This record gives sequence, C-alpha cells and structure tokens, in this order.
Amino acid sequence: MVQYNFKKITVVPNGKDFVDIILSRTQRQTPTVVHKGYAISRLRQFYMRKVKYTQQNFHEKLSTIIDEFPRLDGIHPFYGDLLHVLYNKDHYKLALGQINTARNLISKIAKDYVKLLKYGDSLYRCKCLKVAALGRMCTVIKRIAPSLAYLEQIRQHMARLPSIDPNTRTILICGYPNVGKSSFINKITRADVEVQPYAFTTKSLFVGHTDYKYLRYQVIDTPGILDRPFEDRNIIEMCSITALAHLRAAVMFFLDISGSCGYSIAQQAALFHSIKSLFLNKPLIIVCNKTDLQPLEGISEEDKKLVMEMKAEAMKTVIGQGGDPASDQGVLLTMSTLTEDGVIAVKNAACERLLDQRVEVKMKSKKINDCLNRFHVAIPKPRDQKERPPCIPQAVLEAKAKQAAEKEKRRTERDLENENGGAGVYSASLKKNYILANDEWKEDVMPEIIDGHNVCDFIDPDILQRLEELEREEGLRQAEEADDDFEMDGQELTPEEKQALAEIRRKKTLLIQEHRVKKSTAESRPIVPRKFDKDRKFTTHRMGRQLSSLGLDPSLAINRAHSKSRGRKRERSPERGANSGDDMDMDVDTPNKKLRLRSSSRSRSTSRPPGEIVPGEGFKDSSQKVKAVKLAKKSAKKRNKNARRGEADRVIPTLKPKFVFREALYRKRRR
Amino acid sequence: MRIEKCWFCSSTIYTGHGIQFVRNDAKIFRFCRSKCHKNFKMKRNPRKVKWTKAYRRLHGKDMTQDSTFEFERKRNRPERYDRNLTENTLKAIKTIDKVRSRREAKHIERRKKGKKAQEMREAVKELEQSISLVKAPSVLKEDPSLTLPKIKVKVSQEQVENQPMEE
Repeated sequence: MVQYNFKKITVVPNGKDFVDIILSRTQRQTPTVVHKGYAISRLRQFYMRKVKYTQQNFHEKLSTIIDEFPRLDGIHPFYGDLLHVLYNKDHYKLALGQINTARNLISKIAKDYVKLLKYGDSLYRCKCLKVAALGRMCTVIKRIAPSLAYLEQIRQHMARLPSIDPNTRTILICGYPNVGKSSFINKITRADVEVQPYAFTTKSLFVGHTDYKYLRYQVIDTPGILDRPFEDRNIIEMCSITALAHLRAAVMFFLDISGSCGYSIAQQAALFHSIKSLFLNKPLIIVCNKTDLQPLEGISEEDKKLVMEMKAEAMKTVIGQGGDPASDQGVLLTMSTLTEDGVIAVKNAACERLLDQRVEVKMKSKKINDCLNRFHVAIPKPRDQKERPPCIPQAVLEAKAKQAAEKEKRRTERDLENENGGAGVYSASLKKNYILANDEWKEDVMPEIIDGHNVCDFIDPDILQRLEELEREEGLRQAEEADDDFEMDGQELTPEEKQALAEIRRKKTLLIQEHRVKKSTAESRPIVPRKFDKDRKFTTHRMGRQLSSLGLDPSLAINRAHSKSRGRKRERSPERGANSGDDMDMDVDTPNKKLRLRSSSRSRSTSRPPGEIVPGEGFKDSSQKVKAVKLAKKSAKKRNKNARRGEADRVIPTLKPKFVFREALYRKRRR
Repeated sequence: MRIEKCWFCSSTIYTGHGIQFVRNDAKIFRFCRSKCHKNFKMKRNPRKVKWTKAYRRLHGKDMTQDSTFEFERKRNRPERYDRNLTENTLKAIKTIDKVRSRREAKHIERRKKGKKAQEMREAVKELEQSISLVKAPSVLKEDPSLTLPKIKVKVSQEQVENQPMEE
C-alpha cells in the first residue's frame, strides 16, 4: 500500500535565498586565489570552473524541486483532484513549468559564456565574463521568485494534508454542516476534530482509524456540503466532493432530524438527491442523528416521506451490489452522538456493508485465487458412504503409545520438587547423579581451602610417595644441620690477638679518613712547608709516642732529632730536664723568643688573639689579617630567607605614575 | 572458590577481599588491599619495594628454591573425587607446610648467623698482613706472636731521690 506522503519534499528557498546559497557555495567550494601572472590557460580554467559549478548547482537544485513535487497526472485521481481543488492545477503546472524553463535558460547561459571564456585573453576579461554569466543566471532566478514562493506555500500546505490511503477500506461521512459528522468521528476513532456550533467548523478532510473484525478502517470526515449548483461551490465543499467522487468507500449520509443545524429535512433531502450520482457503486447508509432531540417516529408526514425516499435510493445500492435485498437493517439507522445511543451499531453496520461489498468485488476479480484461501476451505464432495480415515502405520502407533506410557511412568525432577514443598522450599540435590568410584562418597563435602592453600593445587595421585621422599630428605637435612652446628665452635682468636686486630683496624680507618680529607682539600689549600707548621703536629714527642707504640725505643731517634736542630743553651733546671721532656720539646721547636715566653707559662691549650700573624698564612701585618677575617665573615653571612622583597626584586612601585598619565587623566576629567 | 596471591606483595587473598584489575591485554592483576593497589597504580616495581615477597626472594632474604614448592601447582584438569586421595592430600598439606616453614626459618637463621669461618680466616689474614702497622718488624722478630708489643716503661731515678724527702 503506497502511502502518499508529501512531507518529504525539500524546502523551496525563495529567490534571494536561492541566489545567496548558490553563490556562497561557489565561493567556498571553488578555488579563490588567482593572480594575473598565471598562464592564460590556467586563468581561463579558473573562471570556467566557477561558471560551470554555479550552473551545475542551479541545475541540481531546480531539478530536485521539479522531481519532488508530484505530477498531478501521475498520482491517484483522488489526490490529483484534491490538489487541483486546493491549489489550481493550472497555476501549479505553470509554476513548475517556469522552474523548468529557468533551468534550461541557466544551462544555455553557462554554455555560451564558457564558450566565450575559452577565448578570453586577460584576467580582467575572463573575470568580467564570469561576472556577467553569474549575473545573468541570478537574474533568471530573480524572475521566477514568485513561482518559488508559491511552490513553497504549496509544499507547506501539502505536508499538512491528511495521509489518506485511497485503496484501503474507507468510510466517508457527508452531509450538511452542523449535522454531527465530526462528533461522530470523534466518538468512533481517536481523531480529535473540532466541534463547534457554527457552520464550516471543519474546513478540510480529517482522517481517523477504527477497527472492526480485526481490520482497520479509515474514517474520513468531510466539511459540510450546501445545496448549490456545482459551479458555485467553494474550495472547502469541493474537498468533500472530491473525496466522494474518487474514493471507493462506504458513504454515510448524515441527516439531522431535529433541524437544529439550521436546515430542514427538506433541504437535506434536496442535497441528497443532488449528489446521489456520486453514491453509485458505494454502500450507502442514511444516518439520522440527534435523535435525543427528536426521535425518528416523531417527525411530520412529509419529512417521513422524504426520508423513505432516501431510504429507497439507498436500498437500490444494496440491491445493485448483490447483498440481501430483503433486509433493510443496514440502510437507515438512527443514533445520537450526544448520548452515544446507537453509535456503535451505526459503525458496525457501515463496516459490515463495506466489507461485504469489497469481498464481492474481490470474488469477481481475477485475483480471486490469491485471496480465496482467506475465505473458506474447500472440501471435496464425498462420492460414496465409505469411510476413509487417514492411514497410520502400525509401528508408529506402537511407538507413540510407548512414549505416552513412558512419559507417565518417569518421575521428573519437577515432580519431585512439587512433592517436597514446591519451588522455594525444596532444593534439588545436584550431587545425586555423580559418577564416582564409590557411591558412598557422593554426599562428601570436600574442603576447597585449608590453611591458606587451595586443596586442588595439591591433589596428585602419587602424593603419598612424594611425601615419603620429602620426609626422608628432611630427616637427612636435619642430621646435616646438627653436624654443622657442632663444627661451628672451632677456632677463636685470643683476646690479645683481638686487641691487635682492633688496633690495626682503627689505624686503617684513621689513615683512610686522613687521606680523604687530604684529597678533598688538596686543591683548595696550599701545601704549607713543615717549618711553618702552626698546628704543631710534628714534634719529637709525637714521634716518640708513635715509635713506642710500635714497640721500639724512641730515645735514640729523639736524640738524633735534637742534635740535628740548632743547638741551644740549657735554661731549664735539672728537674725539668729530667721530666719526660715535654717542655723541652716545646723549647726545641720554638725558635722565636715570643713564642717561647708564651709557651713557658702555658697551662691551657694554645689559642691566639684574632689579629696575630702566623708565618704560614701569608699576611703582611695584623691589620691586613683583621681585614681579611672580616671579609671572610661577611661573605659567609646567612641569607635572609624570610621571603621579603629586597632591592634586588624587580618591582614597579606605581603602575600609573601621575606625571606620565597626566594627559589621559585630564581627558577623562574633561568628559 | 580459590585463594589467590596478591600480585604486589604475594600475600594470600581470601574471598571477598581486595581488587582485581584486568588490563587491555587480558592480564589479571589481583591485589590484597588498597596499599598494594595504590602502589601498583604508582607504577612501583615490587622487586624494589622492601616489604614485598618479591624483593625478599630476589635479594636472598627468603628461601627461593625448594622441593616443597613443587607440591603446590595449579592444575587445570579437574580430578574425579576420591575420598582416600583427598584425605591423604589434606594430611600431606599439613606436613608439607610444617616442613616448608621449618626450612624457611633455617634459611633465615643461617643468613643471620653470619659467615663465622670466613670472617675468622679473614681476621687471621689481616693480622698477619698488617701487623706491621702496630708492631715494628724488629720487635716482631723477637716476639713472633701476633699481639701488641709490650711497651717498655723507663724507670726514672727521680723517685729514688724524692724518697728521702718524703720521709
């Protein structure tokens, strides 16, 4: 079933927009840069491309418009007529024709100008040609701008047309305005049509869908028709006339018996007779509405006569379709949409009539064979009284019987479950079908984890054997270890040897430390000759100590050292001299009188006043030394790390000093 | 239900503990607690993190190779249940555990004991070689034992003189 969907037509731009779109696209999609120094062929190609591209785009867009708008001759006559009624067929065709001519014109323009561009000899000339070409194309479009606007309006309106399928089961509702057609459709379908007391509330066709016997029916609500000659009808009425004329549907003619629509029954009957030609070959039902206001029996004689005439006409249609001529039930019906009395009956009657008619038509048509199986199953006529049941071989029968018996005998898990309390209470034993070496083991619970190990990782068929090996090994190991421990208490160093070893090690570490100190300061400190040894390290006393610690007698060496140095008078008393020679050593090594004097009264450690010069340091006099000491101290001053800004931190104290921005300030003030 | 090993610290992860992380190459990393997980996310190498088993094994602090480790191996083929086998396995697990823990303890003990014999030998050698730092060779010739030299004390005549004064 083809759905007539006019919603998929692309938007038709108006003239100006059209031109803008195409030109901007040309601007974007073709190269834009060209210089007059290029080769002439390149220039020509550049401009030709632009012209051709514009022409192609126009062609494309106009073609889509022409293709997408429906051809009134090519669609179902109902839609064709509907569109003609709504938007004049001629105007429509004219508009599309204009678009077509515009398309051809643009193609011609492009062709001509491309031909001219082939012989353009400078950039300027080519450019002028291109400008002219594009300009002419745009003028063409400007000229058809009104057609474009018209088509756009049509498109918008078409998109809102109800989607009526002309080939399916349809019920058409017609009658005078205000008789209750829209209320009826509101009642039987989900359509929500406006119901108002004034005439011509419904201005166009509305579609609703309803179901009957598992089939879908389209119900079409039409605007009211007035009794006028055909030529005088306006567009709205023409819509309903078109629907009546072209749709193969069941027609329900609504009659307002009470006359509250503002028209008498006579008028309505007159209308009926004027359009009865449209009811040919359609199941017709006369529906008397608003029976709550005026029951059918209570109308006057003339009115009743008119109604009967209408019914007679309707009956004719019944007879013509080969339905049951005797019944007149489905022809004249009464209902009230307000009280919903008889609405369903009316709908059912209409649907039934329509269905019958369609079935009849189908039966008569050539396609009957396809549909026949939907209607009834054919059974051949029996030719004699012999019974011929279906033949089933014996083996199959036996097997079937066995299967049935088995099904009954076997006890399923589900039965078990139901016996023992149902789904929530009973839990099936999953272990009962286990295949094990010994059936007693079926209910065993095997631990999966023990002592932080997975039991499954240890399972091994020959685990016992391996365990035995392990234990043997362990036994051996333990024996070995006992032996080892026993052996351990062997040699030991004597305490004197230990002492000697400790001494050796101490000396070694001292040597290493000294070496390291020397190594690190070798480059930074000058090597002072031994005679300016201010720390007084190298004394005979020290030498004596060291030699005696080695076990040698130092006296010989000391004497030799004394004899080598300058000879001097012995100033000491024999007592002092008899002493181990500490002070004497001091005497020997201090050539200067000053130092000697000091050393003699020394009982505390040697310290010097700050400015005193020591020969090894290289200062001229004590004031120089004092200065040097001061400088050293200054350089080693601790940095102030309180994170406060100092002079070194770059800072602009005022961002806008007045003397610089005076002008701006005055300007501001003046404002 | 299985007990897994933490990828980072190699401790056992019981059920309901820890986090498993599956990488895009389908390698699964299991962690026993958020400490290990966070360390992993920081891309730390467990072989460099002191408290992990990986570090200890690598640096020889714990026992690495032993026959008791071979008993515990992940088997992919399930064995049919056999009650006797399971009983034996359970008992075996206990003894294997005991043996392994004893061996580990011994390993650590041995490590801590130190290398007495080696140290002894080294000490003796050092003494022999470097005795010259504390003992002069001439003294060594007289007294060949590897001990500190006896320092000769000079007896002074002073005392003899002073004595009559004190009296």
